[in-house]
Amino acid sequence: MAGVKPLMLEVINVNKTFDGFQAVSDVRLRVEKGQVVAVIGPNGAGKTTLFDLITGQLAPDSGRILFQGEDITGRKPHLIFRKGISRSYQIVNIFHRLTVFENVQIAVLSFQKKSFHWYGAARKMAGAETRAILKSVGLADKADQISGFLSHGDQKVLEIAIALGNEPQLLILDEPTAGMSPEETGHSLTLLKRLCADHGSTILFCEHDMGMVFSFAHEIMVMQQGKTIVQSTPAEVRSDPRVQAAYLGGADECSG
Amino acid sequence: MIVDRRFRLAALLCGWILIFLAAPFFLSRYYLYLIGLILTTGLLATSLNMVLGFGGMYQFHHSVFYGVGAYSFALVSMKSGLPPVAGYVAAPVMAALASLIIGLITIRLSKLYFGMLQLSLGSLVWAIVYRWYSFTGGDDGLHGINIPEAIASTRGVYYFTLVVTIVCLWLMFRMVNSPFGRIFQGIRDNPERTEAIGVNVKSHQLVGQVIAGTFAGIAGALFVTLEGSVFPDLLFWTLSLELIIMCLLGGWYVFFGPMLGAAIIVVLRTFVGIYTEYWTSVLGIVLMLLIYFLPQGILGYFQRRQLSEEP
Repeated sequence: MAGVKPLMLEVINVNKTFDGFQAVSDVRLRVEKGQVVAVIGPNGAGKTTLFDLITGQLAPDSGRILFQGEDITGRKPHLIFRKGISRSYQIVNIFHRLTVFENVQIAVLSFQKKSFHWYGAARKMAGAETRAILKSVGLADKADQISGFLSHGDQKVLEIAIALGNEPQLLILDEPTAGMSPEETGHSLTLLKRLCADHGSTILFCEHDMGMVFSFAHEIMVMQQGKTIVQSTPAEVRSDPRVQAAYLGGADECSG
Repeated sequence: MIVDRRFRLAALLCGWILIFLAAPFFLSRYYLYLIGLILTTGLLATSLNMVLGFGGMYQFHHSVFYGVGAYSFALVSMKSGLPPVAGYVAAPVMAALASLIIGLITIRLSKLYFGMLQLSLGSLVWAIVYRWYSFTGGDDGLHGINIPEAIASTRGVYYFTLVVTIVCLWLMFRMVNSPFGRIFQGIRDNPERTEAIGVNVKSHQLVGQVIAGTFAGIAGALFVTLEGSVFPDLLFWTLSLELIIMCLLGGWYVFFGPMLGAAIIVVLRTFVGIYTEYWTSVLGIVLMLLIYFLPQGILGYFQRRQLSEEP
């Protein structure tokens, strides 16, 4: 709890190497409580790797990751989730044979520590919480559909709904609107803004859609070739000469 | 619509149970034995499907736990001097122990590697049983195993098998539909994501494997009750393969699929076996047709049709 505002997440000089390739190099990142922070950078800049390191899918070679002041470096993913960090994925990563309802219900059951209950019918449990989440993301009318048959846009929204199952204190979204139509992107942005307004959610996300990044994020962290170039407000990032040289010049190539 | 489906399923099951209860009054001794064999094999296949169809685990050598259960029952009732009931306790306990030990070794690996290591460890158990003449009877097996008086008659064995099977299926059905079962299905569809929502995947898989092994052990004890003997073929890998085929044939995403698959395979083996000793070639043809035309299995096909008909 150092600094003026309480820090939700702090990434300190984290490194990760794959077979000699430095994917993440001395990365620094700060997310304050209630803040929306975007990570941008060209493809291969290490954004997803950074998220994997924070949520425990990968363990860093060196450096530290603090969540609410607690060191969570290298912890297992399920333990990090229980601490209150939740994430959605760039590529749709859902339980495709289960219904929309069951997809979210699994996350809620896990959060309620009911994963080892083998008596009692699951359909009678966690119903209210699950329905509330589905309603807040606008999937309530599709609750009984098999999730594998949903449209891509709906599956991406379901991604976020699953991530909301543990009432996360920090929500990490890996390209939440990738592959969506402009309409669906607009819908998702509205949804995320409402989440922030209603719950004061802290969100860390990465995105190629610059319109979304600059209209939604309070702060932007720019990565290039695994390194942090700068973390600052959108206005400062836009005018930063290093960022312009490294990244924004090529932003037109990166479609949403 | 869902309530209606549940009601239909309950009505269908009650109908089947009534038919099974009435069967001894109009079927000959041989057919009662055959039904008993179908129930036992179906229980075994259903226990496999707990981890295969609902857990997505490559349980390649499930029959080991069946064999361990059968041999435990046989050895306890022949050599221990304890009352025969002790055998019915020993079978699931020893099978659970075996699946815990094999599970602890194999669970660290995933998918195919898990299956291959299980296959080799299981074959090791088979080799011990096959060679240890003084204790297990080697390739002759053990014969003339005493069955408790109360259920020793043809009808007694039949009703005992029926009741145990129904109770076990009911327990497994509850587990599949419990929070544990729901999360198990999540692991099947997407282990990485399940881990990312706070589930310790490996420990769930281990627990699932022990549950499946325990029910396989119960099926093993039922088989001995029915047959009065044990032999090493019970834990040979070919039986494990047949069990997997039963699950695929009946539909491995449907709870009662393996029971149907077991019924078809047991009946085929019994009646095709009268005409040719190459009955496995018939099995091979069935398997090929299945993969091409019914990849979801028989019940899976009907379930899918039903789902697409309902609005």
